[in-house]
Amino acid sequence: MTMPLLQVENLGIHFGPTVDPVKAVDGISFSMQAGETLAVVGESGSGKSVTALALTRLLASPPARYVSGSIAFEGRDVLQLREGELRSLRGKQIAYIFQEPGSSLNPVFTIGYQIREAIELHRPEVRDVTAEIVHALDTVGIRNPASRLGDYPHQLSGGMQQRVMIAMALACQPKLLVADEPTTALDVTIQKQIMDLLKDLKRTSNMSILLITHNFGLVAGFADRVVVMFRGKIVETGPTAQVLQNPQHPYTKALIECVPKLGQKQHRLKVIDYAGIQ
Amino acid sequence: MTHYIIRRFLLLVPTLFGITLLTFLLIRLSPTNAALIKGGGGEGGGKAMTAEQREQIVKFYGLDKPPLVAYGNWVGKAMRGDLGNSFADHRPVADKILERLPLTISITGSALILSYFLAIPLGVIAAIKRGQVVDRTISFVVFVLYSIPSFAAALLLILFVAGGDYLNLLPMYGINSINASEMSLFPWLWDRILHMILPVVCLTYASLASISRYARVSMLEALSQDFVRTARAKGLRERVVILRHALRNALIPLITIFALELPVLIGGAIIIESIFTLPGMGQLMFQSLDSWDEPVIMGITVLAAVVTLLSYLVADILYVIVDPRISYE
Repeated sequence: MTMPLLQVENLGIHFGPTVDPVKAVDGISFSMQAGETLAVVGESGSGKSVTALALTRLLASPPARYVSGSIAFEGRDVLQLREGELRSLRGKQIAYIFQEPGSSLNPVFTIGYQIREAIELHRPEVRDVTAEIVHALDTVGIRNPASRLGDYPHQLSGGMQQRVMIAMALACQPKLLVADEPTTALDVTIQKQIMDLLKDLKRTSNMSILLITHNFGLVAGFADRVVVMFRGKIVETGPTAQVLQNPQHPYTKALIECVPKLGQKQHRLKVIDYAGIQ
Repeated sequence: MTHYIIRRFLLLVPTLFGITLLTFLLIRLSPTNAALIKGGGGEGGGKAMTAEQREQIVKFYGLDKPPLVAYGNWVGKAMRGDLGNSFADHRPVADKILERLPLTISITGSALILSYFLAIPLGVIAAIKRGQVVDRTISFVVFVLYSIPSFAAALLLILFVAGGDYLNLLPMYGINSINASEMSLFPWLWDRILHMILPVVCLTYASLASISRYARVSMLEALSQDFVRTARAKGLRERVVILRHALRNALIPLITIFALELPVLIGGAIIIESIFTLPGMGQLMFQSLDSWDEPVIMGITVLAAVVTLLSYLVADILYVIVDPRISYE
């Protein structure tokens, strides 16, 4: 078996006091192969975003404490890297898109400049940077990309902003794209557009995608495998179809039932009954 | 944008009317007037005038007219560019102010520039090192500075570094040495700089204190934004993240402070120029208040008001330049 692209072993991340800390991530292990799409599903506070940020040590320490385990990216432990090595990992090998595209883009710089920054940083060999920016915007389905370079983020809709974020992430051809709740701040039709775009990109490149979401509805038809997190721990993991059709853990079942289905009569939306979950 | 600027300029007119009317009425409705002060006697000492002489002065300066009529006269003349003559030496008010203006501009201007240049780095460092020793030290020093009134600081500085009782490093008053007229250019310039140090320090430190606090808060706010995380996730150096992505956003609120700080500095100049006997506009204002020299008080008030109102306008225009989200269309 080839070396996995990403191998997280017994990762523990704590916040707050050293005595009785908040165990945001409590000894989790998972791995990803190159080209694989993995979904990490869990509710708010389950530790999924903390895990995502930890992959390039984007969580500032302090307040976060990396108390145990390792994060091996292509065999190198991210937790042991020096600051300079981390920077060449961020953006170049592992790129991010975040939940709120509106606030994730810097309001005082043009979108062209913000993408240019990434390309000039990680791909100094590129001669015609502007052409590369236009190409990146074109890839994510922005029409007339050349005319949008001078636009500021606030001049774009939420969906367009997220496309720009994706373009910025892809501009450096990362091996792993971490999508942290990429559609949560968008309305449903735009959600579908963005997910379709990510699916297309997955098909056309050999990039791995780590999708962080609370919504099982996004997982089906997108991810190869699913990891379910609950209170900092992984409670279930397996191929997507298997987890969706035959969930083992009561929390997974509850999460799946929370997704409202079209055509189903419901007086109230399902909520999770924590009493039955250990 | 042009429309906006024109509209703002037109709005200056009623605001100026309000400011001058209020100042004029406050001067006129107070229990004293220039004639009483010139008349001597009482606490001022000197030989008292007769009631007749005093009456003559009141008539001469038009102090007997109803305040609103007198204000109307003043406005009528002012609109034709005539601010009247000083009660003290009968010279035109405009001349008196203009000859003293350069000194005040150089002192308040140096103070303003200096306080921004020092305050922004201080605020940024405090924000980056939030809660650590550096931040606490800066906060403590800044609060102490902010709490000392400038006249007290001026007197202490004169006592300790200028008077000769302790140290005699800097001149304690005036803007030039007595023999300045005999100096060649560079010694003269050096002499001028030495004389300006203490007044500028006194005007700077309080502004510095408040601007650095605003800078710290503004920077903390910027550093907590999502786009800073995006910048780090891109792999940018921490220096670039802070100085380019965060600072650029943190500077926007500080523009407002610039407009607020200017009138404070003008007020400070009145006290500081008087303490250091600097022949600037502030000292002139102080002397005029002392002798109830109505035309000069009015003239300086108008000038200070115009400068303040224009600085607000400049701040609003700067917003558009630094923040692409703001437009006045």
